[in-house]
Amino acid sequence: MNNFFERRYVIQGIFIVMALALLSRLFYIQLIDDHYTASAKYNVLKRITIFPTRGAIFDRNGRVLVRNEAVYDIMVIPREVKPFDTLKLCQLLGIDKAGVEKRLRKAFTYSRVLPSAFEKQLPLRSYTAFSELSYEFRGFTGVQRSVRTYPDSVAAQFLGYVDEVNDRDIQRSHGYYKRGDYIGRTGVERAYEDSLRGQRGVQNSLVDSKGVVKEKYLNGLEDTAVVAGDPLISSLDLRIQKLGEKLMHNKVGSIVAIEPSTGEILAFISSPGYDPNLMVGRARGNNLVELSKNPYNPFFVRPIQAKYPPGSSFKPLSALIALQEGIITPQTTFTCNGVYWAGNHPVACTHHHGVTNLSRAIAGSCNVYFCSVFDELMNENGSQNTRPNFIDWKGKVNLFGFGSKLGIDLPHESKGYVPIPERYDKVFRGSKWRSSTFISLAIGQGELEATPLQMANIECVIANHGYFYKPHLIKAVGDKQVIRKEFKVQNNVGIDQKYFEPVIDGMQEVVEGGTAAASKIPGIIMCGKTGTAQNNHGKNHSIFVAFAPRDNPKIAIAVIVENSGQGAEWAAPIASYMVEKYLKDTTTTRPSGKTIEWLSAQNLLPALKTDAPVADPKKIITDSLKKVQTDSTKQIKSASRKAKRDTKNLVAVQTKRKEHE
Amino acid sequence: MNNQRSFFFNVDWITVLIYLALCTIGWFNIHAAVYDETHPSIIDPATQYGKQFIWIIGGVVLGGVVLLLDSRFFSALTPVFYSVTLVLLVLVLVVGRNVGGNQAWIAIGTFRLQPSEFAKYSTCLLLARYLSSVNVKVTELKSLLIALMIIFVPMIMIKMQPDDGSTLVFCSLIFVLYREGLSANVLILAGIFIALFIFGLLMKPIYIIGAILIIAGTAIAIFRRNKKIILLTSAAMVLSIAFILTVPFIYTHIIKEHQRVRIDEWLGRASNLKGAGYNVNQSKIAIGSGKLWGKGYLQGTQTRFSFVPEQSTDFIFCTVGEEWGFAGSVTVVGLYLFLILRIIYLAERQRSPFSRIYGYGVACVIFFHFFINIGLTIGAVPVIGIPLPFVSYGGSSLWSFTLLLFTLIKLDSNRMGAINS
Repeated sequence: MNNFFERRYVIQGIFIVMALALLSRLFYIQLIDDHYTASAKYNVLKRITIFPTRGAIFDRNGRVLVRNEAVYDIMVIPREVKPFDTLKLCQLLGIDKAGVEKRLRKAFTYSRVLPSAFEKQLPLRSYTAFSELSYEFRGFTGVQRSVRTYPDSVAAQFLGYVDEVNDRDIQRSHGYYKRGDYIGRTGVERAYEDSLRGQRGVQNSLVDSKGVVKEKYLNGLEDTAVVAGDPLISSLDLRIQKLGEKLMHNKVGSIVAIEPSTGEILAFISSPGYDPNLMVGRARGNNLVELSKNPYNPFFVRPIQAKYPPGSSFKPLSALIALQEGIITPQTTFTCNGVYWAGNHPVACTHHHGVTNLSRAIAGSCNVYFCSVFDELMNENGSQNTRPNFIDWKGKVNLFGFGSKLGIDLPHESKGYVPIPERYDKVFRGSKWRSSTFISLAIGQGELEATPLQMANIECVIANHGYFYKPHLIKAVGDKQVIRKEFKVQNNVGIDQKYFEPVIDGMQEVVEGGTAAASKIPGIIMCGKTGTAQNNHGKNHSIFVAFAPRDNPKIAIAVIVENSGQGAEWAAPIASYMVEKYLKDTTTTRPSGKTIEWLSAQNLLPALKTDAPVADPKKIITDSLKKVQTDSTKQIKSASRKAKRDTKNLVAVQTKRKEHE
Repeated sequence: MNNQRSFFFNVDWITVLIYLALCTIGWFNIHAAVYDETHPSIIDPATQYGKQFIWIIGGVVLGGVVLLLDSRFFSALTPVFYSVTLVLLVLVLVVGRNVGGNQAWIAIGTFRLQPSEFAKYSTCLLLARYLSSVNVKVTELKSLLIALMIIFVPMIMIKMQPDDGSTLVFCSLIFVLYREGLSANVLILAGIFIALFIFGLLMKPIYIIGAILIIAGTAIAIFRRNKKIILLTSAAMVLSIAFILTVPFIYTHIIKEHQRVRIDEWLGRASNLKGAGYNVNQSKIAIGSGKLWGKGYLQGTQTRFSFVPEQSTDFIFCTVGEEWGFAGSVTVVGLYLFLILRIIYLAERQRSPFSRIYGYGVACVIFFHFFINIGLTIGAVPVIGIPLPFVSYGGSSLWSFTLLLFTLIKLDSNRMGAINS
């Protein structure tokens, strides 16, 4: 003790006050301020998304059309990289030395301790080579990813492709998709995206300060399981799909085959097509550019997007409507002497059919017969009733699925076109138009346009004697094999069953001894109709529609080969092989000598106009889609200019699109 | 026999218990801080916690040895200790190992000696010995200068390492001088200077000068009859204003870059949560997320997933705050405060000035370490890297604090004996 004894209290006081200051600060940050708790959680909690495998797609017999294939991303953790033989790595991965350095630098800037992709989507073979030597490349590891693969390289436009989502997809999905996700872009991949994609899983993990995952958060209590995408069973028959693609090689056009009793699409060929495997993997970007430059536009889904005048293939439908209306009976005859006069404009017929009844008219594709029938139909109850008669006729045609979307389970289906009366009102300044004005509709020309799918669907209606099911590509979804309800609804076209037999008789005769006699299949009764659609872009389109066998039909088919010639020449033999393959699983040679190999070898690609720059592929791309339409509209437009002077001239222009068969 | 018993009862067992409690708390928290799943055992010598266990046992043995020595031994050997320390401090600058920018360790085999830790001990001893000498009074300038010399010599040598934290520890000895008679004005002035320095960094000088003028003017107006106060106040005013004007210069030219960064972070003049501010921010997150009861032993996410660097040493308090919550914080702070007050109590009951002065030295050193270390983990003081006594990982630190404390306990146990050195 000394004189300064009381100073102990000062010192004690200072110490106590400072200690209390610490405590109050601790009190504040531990009990009052909550944001540290959130920060601590934010520090360690990492949500890891687990991506589901996309559903596979099978053909109707369970054969794989598209499945997932394992590819490998080579990941690199820069911190763990030890000096390695750069050259060897280059060889293994197929990249150059500069590429290695660039990738390493990129990985380094991303993170030293976290893995980042060094090379993406390495096929199994390259990966195996790499993994055998991976001990030489410390810090490099392979991670399995899955990509779409197509074992048979068929049905590209049907299946469609997947693509990384873009900003618009993300926005439209209300945040479901995140950057880097894949989405079905076209075809079935797009139409059934919701079923195929499955459900993402989330794993909540705890990570350390370096971002390395350490353990599960709350033992996985808040995790959600990943659900794999549903497999789809398509209605496609791989055998005839492959055959069809072979037959359509080097041709522009489509084949659509449908099972009439269900509406299931058996073959869906759009030519020229492309190998769907090109849309996958490392070369995808280049392939995509290459394909979009192709002047024949392989991405154009012709079976549902291309519109053609159905030509003579429309005649059975014409006949059915007339029968139902009571204009004709199967026994009604017209006399064909080679030309039909619409006003003072002639519609030529291929032959002098003479006295012709319904079946013969169909078998011989008699223009005079059908023009006469159509004329009577339009003038029923007097010529002043043309307009209501036309509206009535249009309604009946619409019932067959023309002029509106059939509702196939694919995006971007075209409606086709059935003219509306207003169109003629406009062209003819009021309702001064008569049956002779649009007589070409009788033979499937003029403004009438249909997609190959719609044409095949008409055959279903005839095969079914009066109804069809919505054509569709997917039979069943998921393991429970759910079928969409809308595909089980029977759509009636308003024609009595009894009127079909005479028409079918005629169609049988087409194949037995008519225009398509060269394509008769031994042992199978096929009922069909050839068509030759005129267009002013070169040769006629060759069209053939059919169904078989006559009793209890199993397949309805429409074949269009653009700018190739007459229906009997190309479309009919192709259709006959398709039908034969489907029904008998084998093919026989036609007496005409047109074998499958021969047909496949023929190059019928329309010549590209050399003066038209190929660098402007858009014109060519829209070829099938717009060609016919622009033709028609052009004619109508030019006609409307002349209409004032000479309406008859217009009729001439219109009926120039006549049929020769 | 009788002698033995008296020895037993004369030892202040309360202090020993607090010592053991703090060591144990440290050991368990080191276990949590650097927990290694491949070596889960708390006594696995391959790990820091296993080693700390060995240090603790060594510390207890060391404490026992100290208690068994003769009291006179310490006083007598003080000059030797001090000289040896100085030699070591020179040696460390020559052959020392540089760890983290500080040349602070001398490696002897696998053991690493940190002379600065023992410098605190020998300085306290020599200061006590000198100030307790006959005819030495702090109130006299000569004595004061010699006392300051004793403090400054090791301090400057440590500064050369440059171990800022340990250097600053010596500043706490100002309280020892104060207790022995240093003018309160020095303490007040020191306080004013620290405050002015901080305000000088936070505010424009003009405001502070204005405030100084107002306060000084008011003081002069009140004590206008007292010439001495007027004189003192005027002097303080002039000094303060001069100091304020030099603060920016001191800050940019004398204080080093890395220290400036830490001070800037502390005062909120700069914020770089990924750089200089990372440690303190993560440390605050760890402690702040502990809430009242903490996340539980070995359950702290910040701790387990190594978000706070140096968590077993300077930032060991994070583990306490995160895993034991505010309850744990209060316990630890309470233990320290109790220990320090107990030491002051022990010091004051000594008959020998040597023991008393030494006791104050111990209290000051431990308090400074405690306050700065916990303060920096919660951002209350700038980051100054010094360990938390008895709790932080490290043998040098633990043993030197043990030496420091048990020497006092030994001196205290002998307080009734004839000590007259």
